[in-house]
Amino acid sequence: MGEEIDVSCARPTGGPVGSLPEKKVQDGASILREVKKAMVKVGKKAADFQAPALHGGKFKQIKLSEYLGKWVVLCFYPGDFTFV
Amino acid sequence: MTAVAAKYQEFQKLGVEILAMSVDSVFVHKIWQEEELSKMIDGGVPYPMLSDAGGKVGEIFGVYDEEAGVDIRGRFIIDPDGVVQAMEVLTPPVGRNVVELFRQVQAFQQVRESKGTEATPSGWKPGESTLKPGPDLVGKVWEVWKP
Repeated sequence: MGEEIDVSCARPTGGPVGSLPEKKVQDGASILREVKKAMVKVGKKAADFQAPALHGGKFKQIKLSEYLGKWVVLCFYPGDFTFV
Repeated sequence: MTAVAAKYQEFQKLGVEILAMSVDSVFVHKIWQEEELSKMIDGGVPYPMLSDAGGKVGEIFGVYDEEAGVDIRGRFIIDPDGVVQAMEVLTPPVGRNVVELFRQVQAFQQVRESKGTEATPSGWKPGESTLKPGPDLVGKVWEVWKP
């Protein structure tokens, strides 16, 4: 899953997973304003995002909504080369 | 990271995909993978390591620490409909428990398979009996389950 890419930045897509793509073009700030409202809660759809990733030695672009139909465990961690 | 990687095959058998994410760039991920992770786990971490530069994604998941500039240890179980079924957030010095994560995934899968007719009591493991919430069970849980 995820196509090989030139590396870009992570960004929320501005909606929950499985929602239709945004119609109007937004600048980064307005996306953030919008998604700040859409905090993640249990029992509710996760906020969708896309982000660059390292997978199998390659750089890929990964979008959470591409994983619809599968169980996903999303783990944030404080940083590479940390100890725990 | 590597604790989950060590159990990766078992997660795959449950049809679970793992995504790890920190504010580090994919370039740093690559060096960490090559220099350290691949020495802890054969072939390195098998699942995607995502980069959340600036913590934009962490922010909407409620795990971005602006002061430290990092995503703290947040873990989310997301079902096939994209619904968040569980979350656990820890401050950095304490690591997670992969065994408990695995158990929770199994429990949520059991509930989903039953189409919501079953609930799993505290500490439930596969093979143990589940609860069937309904009028007949009100006040009678003690008959079918004890801690």
